[in-house]
Amino acid sequence: MTWETFPHEADIGVRGFGVTLAEAFAGVATAMIAAVCDPAQVMAREAVSIECAAPDDELLLVDWLNALVYEMATRHMLFSRFEVNIAGHRLKAKAWGESIVAARHRPAAEVKGVTYCELAVRQQPDGSWLAQCVVDV
Amino acid sequence: MDLKRLKQRGEFEWELPKSGAMRVPGIIFASRGLVEAMDDKVREQVANVAGLPGIVAASYAMPDAHWGYGFPIGDVAAFDADDGGVVSAGGVGFDISCGVRTLHTGLKLADIEAHQTRLADVLYASIPAGVGSTGTIRLDAAAMTAMLKGGARWAVQEGYGDAADLARIEEHGCVAGADPAAVSEQARKRQRDEMGTLGSGNHYLEVQVVGEIFDAAAARAYGLTAGDVVVSIHCGSRGLGHQIGTDYLREMVVAAPAAGIALPDRELACAPLKSALGQRYLGAMRAGINCALANRQILSHLTRQAFADVFPGARLPLLYDVSHNTCKEEMHKVDGGKRTLFVHRKGATRAFGPGHAELPQEYASIGQPVLIGGSMGTASWILAGSAGTEERAFGSACHGAGRATSRHEATKRWHGRALIDELAARGILIRSPSWRGVAEEAPLAYKDVGAVVDASDHAGLARKVARLAPLVCIKG
Repeated sequence: MTWETFPHEADIGVRGFGVTLAEAFAGVATAMIAAVCDPAQVMAREAVSIECAAPDDELLLVDWLNALVYEMATRHMLFSRFEVNIAGHRLKAKAWGESIVAARHRPAAEVKGVTYCELAVRQQPDGSWLAQCVVDV
Repeated sequence: MDLKRLKQRGEFEWELPKSGAMRVPGIIFASRGLVEAMDDKVREQVANVAGLPGIVAASYAMPDAHWGYGFPIGDVAAFDADDGGVVSAGGVGFDISCGVRTLHTGLKLADIEAHQTRLADVLYASIPAGVGSTGTIRLDAAAMTAMLKGGARWAVQEGYGDAADLARIEEHGCVAGADPAAVSEQARKRQRDEMGTLGSGNHYLEVQVVGEIFDAAAARAYGLTAGDVVVSIHCGSRGLGHQIGTDYLREMVVAAPAAGIALPDRELACAPLKSALGQRYLGAMRAGINCALANRQILSHLTRQAFADVFPGARLPLLYDVSHNTCKEEMHKVDGGKRTLFVHRKGATRAFGPGHAELPQEYASIGQPVLIGGSMGTASWILAGSAGTEERAFGSACHGAGRATSRHEATKRWHGRALIDELAARGILIRSPSWRGVAEEAPLAYKDVGAVVDASDHAGLARKVARLAPLVCIKG
């Protein structure tokens, strides 16, 4: 499992794991999609490019997820595959997905925004990475 | 929550004494049972808010308070600009001016029983609901600016609803001081096709029947009798408000250290009221409030059309419209003197008591209607602002039942399809694009709304007027 959701009283926590920071960021993006619908139902038909930069890794995570929220909201898309590259505190990524089909995706809730609650980006004792936060739905 | 950390000040009032970085105490209005059931995170978050610069009197938690992000959901905090006070994007939240409005229908339960299924279907076809749904209204840049300035007043000018509606909306449907130039292009783009949409999550449109009446005089003033059918709409400022929250949270997080503000939790992000950033946020946030008011006004128009389709000649006058995620500039009495304060209500409803100058004349002797959403299987409530409420929590009360079970847990415990069937057997028709969405909003995932409104009543925040039972629920 490279991602999971975790409980928060009002909203949903999203968490990604990876050998690299970039993998963990891709995992947490999938977890955020899982807060909306079953990611396995989302086909990787078209790609959207995303770039962001931030003063630290935690803000970079918030920016990355918020960029996805924005793309989902304005393109009416859902995503299922992520290719993430991080150098310093700059991120370049491609997100593959497709337009929302309510009857097939049955999306449960839209993500309004990414919070700084339970926000963490850290390297684990075994050297792998964890990235997490709570998203407002 | 561990009661040992609190000092009981009354049967429904608990003090979290000042300690550490707290500038003022915390005050929780709730029964012993509700306080015991609150997560310890609520105490932590109430205390964090109490440590923000310029906070006045106390950090207040309403009876439905629960673990939020930054501020607890159900927190009220007022700040004085002249005392270094702040405005917090986290303290308003992403869904700026999320709120509830209730419309009369002029119909009785007996009038709609035979048409309930058709009404549910027509409403579901008329109200864009759920993730990715779009409205039919497209605003160009000039029209968007006019909407952000004018709120529900703009919507009425555009033909959505009646001028009479405006008197029954907080600030007469249009909050002053909105600054459309402080709203980003991204926020505008997110709103491009979302005018007149309900959204998802806990947002809904519900047809309800008035059950028990608890305060005959207030019910009379509000035009409510047992057996009346009403419609309540719960939603907010849609993508535009969400993006304003996103934009300014980040900007405030980054700017806080230079402003000398130490944040125990980045989600508390705030800026001094007397700063360019603080003023810019206030202007954008007020534009967000106007967007929410315009959106609920358009949804009311769509609801009226749907009702007229099923019940020709039906008229749906507005009872009232409340917002429960806002920061508002208000005058309040503090230590005997009047002060202008910036009152943050995050998951809390303004609840002005009888005689307040802001109230429409017909409600002046009663107090402000306080509209409380329950869950789709239980009850919603109409309360009235209690006398003296301005001296308790700056004229505020609860906003809903408050979640008791996380969405995560709810989807494990309940199945949407089974819930829909179970509710249908009880005469409650649910229409939703998502079964999982229904499961996440399962009635038992919420606290007992009855206990929450009882506590609001006994604590002197807002008194019970009428209980509403659901008949049809359109869930996003």
